[in-house]
Amino acid sequence: MEIINKHTLKGSLKSYRNNPFSAFLFLLVMLATVLSFLTLLFLVGYILINGIPNISLDLFDFTYTTENASVMPALINTLIMTALALLVSGPIGIFSAIYLVEYAKRDNRLVNVIRITAETLAGIPSIVYGLFGLLFFVTALGWSYSILAGAFTLAIMILPLIMRTTEEALKSVPDVYREGSYGLGAGKLRTVFKIVLPAAVPGILAGIILATGRIVGETAALIYTAGTVAQIPKNLMSSGRTLSVHMYNLASEGLYMNQAYATAVVLLIIVVIINTISGVVAKKITKE
Amino acid sequence: MDKLVVEKLDLYYKDFKALKNININIMEKEIVAFIGPSGCGKSTLLKTLNRMNDLVEGCRITGHVTLDGKDIYKDMEINMLRKRVGMVFQKPNPFPMSIYDNIAYGPRTHGVRGKAKLDDIIEKSLRDAAIWDEVKDRLKKSALGLSGGQQQRLCIARALAVQPEVLLMDEPTSALDPISTSKIEDLVVELKKDYTIIIVTHNMQQAARISDKTAFFLLGEVVEYNDTEKLFSMPMDKRTEDYITGRFG
Amino acid sequence: MTKWKEKFMEFIFLIAACTSVMAVVLICIFLFANGIPAMKEIGFLNFLLGEKWKPSNNIFGILPMILGSIYVTAGAIVIGVPIGVLTSIFMAKFCPKKIYTFLKSSIELMAGIPSVVYGFFGLVILVPFVRETFGGHGSSILTASLLLGMMILPTIVGVSEAALRAVPDQYYEGALALGSTHERSIFFVVLPAAKSGIVAAIVLGIGRAIGETMAVIMVAGNQARMPAGILKGVRTLTANIVIEMGYAADLHREALIATAVVLFVFILIINLSVSVLNRRS
Repeated sequence: MEIINKHTLKGSLKSYRNNPFSAFLFLLVMLATVLSFLTLLFLVGYILINGIPNISLDLFDFTYTTENASVMPALINTLIMTALALLVSGPIGIFSAIYLVEYAKRDNRLVNVIRITAETLAGIPSIVYGLFGLLFFVTALGWSYSILAGAFTLAIMILPLIMRTTEEALKSVPDVYREGSYGLGAGKLRTVFKIVLPAAVPGILAGIILATGRIVGETAALIYTAGTVAQIPKNLMSSGRTLSVHMYNLASEGLYMNQAYATAVVLLIIVVIINTISGVVAKKITKE
Repeated sequence: MDKLVVEKLDLYYKDFKALKNININIMEKEIVAFIGPSGCGKSTLLKTLNRMNDLVEGCRITGHVTLDGKDIYKDMEINMLRKRVGMVFQKPNPFPMSIYDNIAYGPRTHGVRGKAKLDDIIEKSLRDAAIWDEVKDRLKKSALGLSGGQQQRLCIARALAVQPEVLLMDEPTSALDPISTSKIEDLVVELKKDYTIIIVTHNMQQAARISDKTAFFLLGEVVEYNDTEKLFSMPMDKRTEDYITGRFG
Repeated sequence: MTKWKEKFMEFIFLIAACTSVMAVVLICIFLFANGIPAMKEIGFLNFLLGEKWKPSNNIFGILPMILGSIYVTAGAIVIGVPIGVLTSIFMAKFCPKKIYTFLKSSIELMAGIPSVVYGFFGLVILVPFVRETFGGHGSSILTASLLLGMMILPTIVGVSEAALRAVPDQYYEGALALGSTHERSIFFVVLPAAKSGIVAAIVLGIGRAIGETMAVIMVAGNQARMPAGILKGVRTLTANIVIEMGYAADLHREALIATAVVLFVFILIINLSVSVLNRRS
């Protein structure tokens, strides 16, 4: 038997002929969409085409020289910076979320204040963080341009992100889990750490991955806190540039365009890796 | 005269056969009620009559449906079909805009311009839906501020504003209180003068009160289709009898 | 013993929760303590409405930068919002299932690309493009607007798509059932119903555009003078800070911090309007 409710191209064309205005709206939507995605395709394609031929072994040398413009030190600095910032911000963010979800009473004044400030933090531009880091960590605390000052600045910057994602993850843990645990005579602390937190791990992880993405892409907050030294730092109190800062310096100096393209490729690859991991985690969350 | 004719209609959701060999004739300016237990296919058939099932993914239909002798799936543009065959949903769904704009939406869509013309249509539709007196002073207010029963009558007015020939009603009173329900029932009977009406209902008394003909659905089949009076007083099929005497469903 | 532990940990959680409050307080103190005295010394009006920024002559007027930020952001909105909202309509209502996942992750990629990479792309592609097509230097308000328009796309698309998806299907179906086409139903019923979410998307986009620093520096020209046309260079508030902070001292340095105060207040106003919008919807 013939299926009669199939949508055919002929049917749509006929409908558009009778409703030219709808056809116009359809074309607008298509045009904008094609433009959006072509722009992205062009950006990524252009950088890959110009960058990949410039990727060489020299680019990954462990010491930066004015000849090789190696990305390796910056790559290592990025790793250190990410780890440090997460190490500072992760526990604080998660603990804050635990307080907000598990301990604080509803309509508590303090909770409102915390939420408003977290919202405020989330909207502050990174250059303002950079400036604050310069005034507070670098100058007032006397840490000078250092990995540590950079990491603490970034830690404050990503704090609201981790707080919010953890909060959502904790909230999505069903109350029956908690009741079950209390029913067995477990205390609140035990319930939180043994029952609620494990159930919220994928959501928390998703937040941490997002935060990693922000750290890797950050430049403005680091220039005046971690500085721009292009070598692997001796210790946490020495200056070092991350990959994004490195990229900015190469591009704005204009002397290392080939290396800048190659560095952009490395950054793109890192973003793709982070997005892929976050996709996997997101899939895991929806499965549960 | 036959207004709507359904012939040998089968409908599948993926592999599930939801409607089996449906054959039904609906006469002009009649009220036809579809009754039956949940999941029997009565709403599904209703939605094939204005092609709302096309939105459901994996839905396949075979057979024929004609409106005034024209095949609605082959020889009619879908938007014209829906203009001629209006629909009122189970849950009142006024748009989140003013009462005026709700009613004006359909006429504007079909090219009616000019304030005077629109004002006329709006007043007439609201009067026909027996809600004019309740809303005439608040036409510019949001439709979401109305009560459930008022919202449903507004939705009926909205459907009337595009001057349909057939009105499909999918359990229009299931979300309403008894007073609103009786208002809508009175309205439906009133509308019969000008429109062909097909109403899906859970409520057998409602079918008995307002419809001329009733079709009893079970497991995707039309078990019995007859004059309402006959169907309720002396059902031909044992299953119909079981259902209307409350032995199941 | 356990009771003591419970109390102790609750206290620790509370302290953690107060960190964000502390951070905001510290940021305010450090910015305002350095910025406000500078504004006073320069004179509030001279600072905010002064048309000249000449640190070597001790003239600190940031009107050029305020206008620069506003023009560039407005340009980004004009370019990014229509394209972004239309794309979000495609994503929510037109996109075939088969390609949806791919397109969605493309948008996430767009959101994840670091601003220096955007800036670099602007430098090597947009600047020459604008120079050759429209004339002038290439580094200009137009170039910065184009680039920022691109950069806010993923924010606009993501947030408006969510807003469109949150609109109950019954509105869409109700419109279809009146004989309205798919397009009309979406543009005249679903889209208005998602209005508050889309406005929130736009406001977020404004926040992102006004706070963007590195990408703008690379394409805007950065001349600290009153904006003279969309093909002329311009300096934003953010750029002003980054470009001069490295060598500024004394009042100059404080004037830069005061610039950040102005930026901060801008952002606070934007955030406030976002949360008002959220609360209303």
